[in-house]
Amino acid sequence: MISPAPLRHREIFPVVGLDLERAGLVSTEVQRVLRRLGVEPEAVRRAGIVCFEGEMNMVLYTPGGRIILLVYDDRVELIFSDRGAGIPDVELARQPGYSTAPDWARELGFGSGMGIPNMEANSDHLEIRSRLGEGTVIRAVILRRKDETRSGSTHS
Amino acid sequence: MKLGEVREVLGARVLTGEDLADREVKAAFAADLLSDVLAMVREEGVLLITGTVTTQVVRVAEVMNLAGVVFVRGKLPAKPVVDYAAAAGIPLLATPHTMYEACGLLYNRGLPPAKRKLLPYEHDQSGSPAS
Repeated sequence: MISPAPLRHREIFPVVGLDLERAGLVSTEVQRVLRRLGVEPEAVRRAGIVCFEGEMNMVLYTPGGRIILLVYDDRVELIFSDRGAGIPDVELARQPGYSTAPDWARELGFGSGMGIPNMEANSDHLEIRSRLGEGTVIRAVILRRKDETRSGSTHS
Repeated sequence: MKLGEVREVLGARVLTGEDLADREVKAAFAADLLSDVLAMVREEGVLLITGTVTTQVVRVAEVMNLAGVVFVRGKLPAKPVVDYAAAAGIPLLATPHTMYEACGLLYNRGLPPAKRKLLPYEHDQSGSPAS
């Protein structure tokens, strides 16, 4: 997906694994940055949800990593890279309801196996690259539609 | 329905956001599972009814631009959670009612359910999701 649209903003946010107190702060900060840059509200909303799911995955399952925010005239990109154990079966992880979450994550209200499916539903393109023992990189692309108000690709 | 009316109907205590009683609540969604809130709520201005009292509830409310959060079953979040919500401008209410009671009371007074997203596997099925 190569686009000639110029890059308007680039920012890197570190994510600390298992830090539940701060889990989700990057996502709210990303939304603030996007709003400040004048990104359309629907794209801000979708990027916030994609970022939150990605951030929670990093906090719950990995020692940490970083989230890179790239803002172009026509799209927002979020790149999540972690130093975790990797995803053994990416296709399985994309299936709604599939989860490897420990009980403590479920007690916090997460781990229902909707994280990656929800990232897909709220982005226009999602790439997952994972290596066992090395980590995972997820790239999400959210297109900026100047004229629409409807939500992500999963709509009735 | 205004937030102030939600408070009145539920006999709720306002933990933060006393000044936001005039905020309009468009619809409501009830869940303890934040993953479901993130995956299913598709509109803004929704009231979340939940028994989960972690900081993440407030972050989800922030990210999804919810109208506010009602904690049920007499459960109360810790002070840092309330402080964070106050700073983020997310009103928090608490009621002794169970989730079922709270939902029934608000439904009775005409607060509509939030439309929810279809899940990928539901696209193949006939019939509409619960609404």
